[in-house]
Amino acid sequence: MPLAPDRKRQLTTAALVAPAGLWLFVFLVLPFMAMVVFAFGERAPEGGYQAAFTFAQFANLPSRAAAFWNTLMIAPIGAFLCLIVAYPVAYYLAIKSNPKYRLVLVSLVVVPFWTSLLVRTYAWMYILGSRGIPNLLGMIGIEDVRLLNTPGAVLLGIVYGYLPLMIMPIYVSLEKLDRRLLEASADLGAKPVSTFFGVTLPLSLPGVMTGVALVTILLLGEYLIPQLLGGGKVFFIGNALVDLFLQSRNWPFGSAIAVTLVVVVVIVLSVAMRIAWKVSGSRQVDLV
Amino acid sequence: MTAASANDIEFRSVTKRYGSVTAVTDINLTVPKGAFVALLGPSGCGKTTCLRMIGGFEQPSEGTVLIDGREMNGVPPYRRAVNMVFQHYALFPHFDVEQNVAYGLKQARPKLASSEISARARQALEMVRLGGFEKRRIHEMSGGQQQRVALARAIVNKPSVLLLDEPLAALDKKLRTAMQIELQTLQRELGITFVLVTHDQEEALSMSDMVCVMNAGRIVQMAKPQDVYDKPADLFVADFVGKTNRIMATVEADGATLRLSNGTALPAGSGLKPGVATVALRPEAIELARQAGRDGGVLAGTVTHRIFLGSTAEYQISVDGLGDFLVTADRRSVQESDLVEPGERVVLTFDPGKVHVFPA
Ligand SMILES: Nc1ncnc2c1ncn2[C@@H]1O[C@H](COP(=O)(O)OP(=O)(O)OP(=O)(O)O)[C@@H](O)[C@H]1O
Ligand SMILES: [Mg+2]
Repeated sequence: MPLAPDRKRQLTTAALVAPAGLWLFVFLVLPFMAMVVFAFGERAPEGGYQAAFTFAQFANLPSRAAAFWNTLMIAPIGAFLCLIVAYPVAYYLAIKSNPKYRLVLVSLVVVPFWTSLLVRTYAWMYILGSRGIPNLLGMIGIEDVRLLNTPGAVLLGIVYGYLPLMIMPIYVSLEKLDRRLLEASADLGAKPVSTFFGVTLPLSLPGVMTGVALVTILLLGEYLIPQLLGGGKVFFIGNALVDLFLQSRNWPFGSAIAVTLVVVVVIVLSVAMRIAWKVSGSRQVDLV
Repeated sequence: MTAASANDIEFRSVTKRYGSVTAVTDINLTVPKGAFVALLGPSGCGKTTCLRMIGGFEQPSEGTVLIDGREMNGVPPYRRAVNMVFQHYALFPHFDVEQNVAYGLKQARPKLASSEISARARQALEMVRLGGFEKRRIHEMSGGQQQRVALARAIVNKPSVLLLDEPLAALDKKLRTAMQIELQTLQRELGITFVLVTHDQEEALSMSDMVCVMNAGRIVQMAKPQDVYDKPADLFVADFVGKTNRIMATVEADGATLRLSNGTALPAGSGLKPGVATVALRPEAIELARQAGRDGGVLAGTVTHRIFLGSTAEYQISVDGLGDFLVTADRRSVQESDLVEPGERVVLTFDPGKVHVFPA
């Protein structure tokens, strides 16, 4: 018996979504639910989890305020710095570079991904550490410069590590920008700067928003860069979690922090998205 | 500034190359103020390139483009008093209709008052009969409406020259005809120069007061529409503009007699270069008659095909010794008022003065 068309479409949708849905359920939803349960529990005397129902873990959150503060400050700032550096690069690649070499140049952007971020961040550790730049500065008489284990070092590492992730979406949105719109703008008397702010930038906002959201979200869970370049001084929630789960084995408190972070992120993102939609939602129209 | 020129646009030996491709070669062109000029030619002949050099989007490789008597080499588009209607309109998708039209006004320095910007944008929209559509999004407009938004946007800055790159190509036939009339009216109202690029010969002939026929990067003829049609400069123009019958022929030594390849001799003006030539004859310059009722016809043949078009009919006729001819006959001109049927024998007569002879 043939299926009704919309019944058939539902089945197709289900078939397409099922593998990813199952994956997410098993490896995201279930663990998250476990975490929520843990967060209301107690630390077993020998470490780990012991069943209970208490808000004690959440009451204890202020003791990790610094980690929250660092994460929620440095992640957006880092994403913003990334944007500042990435936009001109993406603009050059998409609009100004010679189309003949464009593909080569674009692939250069992702070349750093060929080596692991761990190795590259270690390199920065050396460059910023006492035998690196401070040593060179010492030779010309500038003593006692501290670079490593500062928020600056963490931000540098962030911009360095996440730049390609910011460049790519912006590049894509600029690349598909209709060049005739730029010509039309010039034709109507707009100087290059006005064309940029009147046409290019607004039409690349979807790429900018994607890049900023992507980098910010990934940064909220960052562990490696603050660990290596921030030392014990600048630590993120990620570092606090590693500490709690692996060192002090306080699973319930770790879970409470993780759950809180997720909630905070969801709230911040949905507010940010709402605002971004208001500003530019009307701008996201198809370029017929 | 130099004294105002009588010509809005002038090309002086302009050549444009893209790498190894030569798009236009040695173009000389003058467009008088207030003219409606059509650049007509087949695809790839360099029409858009010419227009883009006027707009300032391309720079000539050689030669000079002048606007209002001033050399424009190196002057960017935003410093030129010309505006363009782009082939696919290039409307800003992130603005509504009024914002699109107001865009040019917002670039003025010193800045215009926002009340004036809005008033002038609305006035331009009225001119293209789009009053009431101000707040519509671009993608909510039909093709024809988008076309008119593009037009309003281009005229709002009161340019001295309006450039139009195949502005009607994307519209259906009926809308196109309506827009042709609107464009002509608009040009008269504004009193500014229009340069229209088209590969539609009917459009060029019906709208412009000067047609510039291009082929393979060169201008082959620049003349009034009726002259382009009646006195084509060469075989290419004769073929491209309107329909034409080609006949192989020889000009006899006296320079005044034409011998068609089937042996028929015709008087053909004078001063022609003796030798092989191609003769072009418009389908409507030929009169058709049933052989029975007439003699003295120049050519004889058999009707092979008929297309009835209402007041006229098109016949394909296999002419003895010369091959297929196309003849457009007014119904009145065919004797006995009836349509001639395929298979009938007919004679073809024409005024030898309407024959165009092109040396091979
Ligand atoms: N940017 C470019 N790079 C290289 N060649 C080009 C470029 N633009 C145009 N050309 C070439 O120049 C020639 C003229 O192009 P142009 O666009 O002026 O033609 P056109 O008469 O407008 O044709 P159409 O009616 O198809 O629009 C063509 O052979 C084209 O391939
Ligand atoms: Mg073209």
